[in-house]
Amino acid sequence: MIEIDGLTKRYGDKAAVDGLSFVVEPGVVTGFLGPNGAGKSTTMRLIAGLDRPTSGTVRVNGKHYSHAAAPMAELGILLDARSVHPGLSARNNLLALARTAGIGRRRVDEVIELAGLAEVAGTRAGGFSLGMGQRLGVAAALLGQPRTVVLDEPVNGLDPDGVRWIRLLLKSLADEGRTVFVSSHLMSEMAQTATRLVVLGRGRLISETSVEEFTSHATAAGVLVRTPETARLGQVLAASGVTVINDGTDVIRVSGATAEQIGAAAWQAHLPVYELTPAHASLEEAFMQVTRDSIEYHAGATR
Amino acid sequence: MSARAVQTPATVAGPVTQARVVRAEWTKLRALRSTWWCGLSAIVLIVGLGAAIAEGGAPYKVTAVNTAAAGISDSLLGLFVAQLVLGVVGVLAFSGEYGTGMIRATLAVVPSRLPVLWAKLIVLAALVLPVTLLCAVADFFTAAALESARGGSVLLLTEPGVLRTVVGSSLYLTVVVVIGLALGGLFRKTAAGLVVFTAVFFVVPIVVGALPHSIQGFAAYLPSNAGGALWGNPLTTGNQLSPWTGFAVLCGYAVVLIAAAAWRLRRHDA
Repeated sequence: MIEIDGLTKRYGDKAAVDGLSFVVEPGVVTGFLGPNGAGKSTTMRLIAGLDRPTSGTVRVNGKHYSHAAAPMAELGILLDARSVHPGLSARNNLLALARTAGIGRRRVDEVIELAGLAEVAGTRAGGFSLGMGQRLGVAAALLGQPRTVVLDEPVNGLDPDGVRWIRLLLKSLADEGRTVFVSSHLMSEMAQTATRLVVLGRGRLISETSVEEFTSHATAAGVLVRTPETARLGQVLAASGVTVINDGTDVIRVSGATAEQIGAAAWQAHLPVYELTPAHASLEEAFMQVTRDSIEYHAGATR
Repeated sequence: MSARAVQTPATVAGPVTQARVVRAEWTKLRALRSTWWCGLSAIVLIVGLGAAIAEGGAPYKVTAVNTAAAGISDSLLGLFVAQLVLGVVGVLAFSGEYGTGMIRATLAVVPSRLPVLWAKLIVLAALVLPVTLLCAVADFFTAAALESARGGSVLLLTEPGVLRTVVGSSLYLTVVVVIGLALGGLFRKTAAGLVVFTAVFFVVPIVVGALPHSIQGFAAYLPSNAGGALWGNPLTTGNQLSPWTGFAVLCGYAVVLIAAAAWRLRRHDA
């Protein structure tokens, strides 16, 4: 379990994380979403005690992490930036971490196998591709079989096989009763893996909810209607307090009415309808909607 | 939260102890190629240069002025270069982790942080002290054998100051590596640590040597001069401290710098 309370971290004048409070429960995968620069990585560094909060507290499994007697049993973390020694082999990188908790070579070989690194375990980590470096980082996070696992963008640089591996891994860790907290900018990935969501924008909490709720709460994207009589159907629908947007030559986007209501209205008005498509708001769209105001760097907006 | 009861999952990780962190640091140091290259060059510099010095020049005759200890100090002149190599080992042991990012992994598994500094200190000192002691002893026997073969005086370990010079050179290099480590932890950047180390141990003593004698009084307290008093070769000639006072001053610098590195490690974001 991770409990974050009133967490603020300033670098100079700029608040990377600003008054953040949320709880990550064990037993489920919790996704951590937010646009670039929202403060996800900073939050994760604060959880691991690598950075000191300006104010507020972080508790990992009920304790301040820096006071943990057996840190590797409490928390395993994969950070966004590389944190391996390029001059050491994958095995020695892991062994050096394992030694601090009295973990032996057998467990090191076990996670090497688990992460699919058996063939490169003896080669220096400096020559690793992004994907292999990522696998090594995940192996390091799992080394101590920690009660809480925090992974910053674990699928970054992984091939489809690796992405699938991460997905299954996260689920099985959660099923074992561990706390699993994963950041990603890929909403579709979160939709498939996470049960709970913490959404961050400009260092502030935007939403703490379930994936289901998050998707349904976002304003419905409406219904697309293809008809040769766009103008007349528009009038019929608008009369009943519904918003109609003319999208193209023969397509209108209707919000505020279900596909059934629109179909019935068109039938009563004797207007032909060729296509009637309810557009479900995807997690991606919901996310864009919720964070629109908080995106720090709009593409092309600067300069 | 899910409705089913969540039990505490299994773990293989035990508590962090100082001994375990020492073992972890030894795992890193042993596996790095740079450690072996630096160790090898230190051996060559001390023993090899010592042999070359004894072989070159006139055979050494012990007199009231040219003591046996002074002869041995001269054969240990390779220390001036070896100390740079060991300074690099010390600085890199800390700054290397910041440069590569490994420090984040290291501190994430030892969040109380200070055991990492103590472990690095213990591992480096435990490696450098015996290796340099062996080098100095080898240097002594090589130099003594070469001198007597060339018709110089017989140099014995039992003569006044000789044992102190031999052991002292090893103690000096051990404290040097500790100071390097502290600078690496303090500056976190390899380049900055090395520049400061080289300036303090090499450049400043030489520059001070060129100053008028009236304002040179502090020269004896520079780390390499204070430490040099123990093994008989301060870089700035002239006034010098007594051997053990000098060594105590050198250790004083090491303690202050290690304390500063500890403070930085504890207080600042990784």
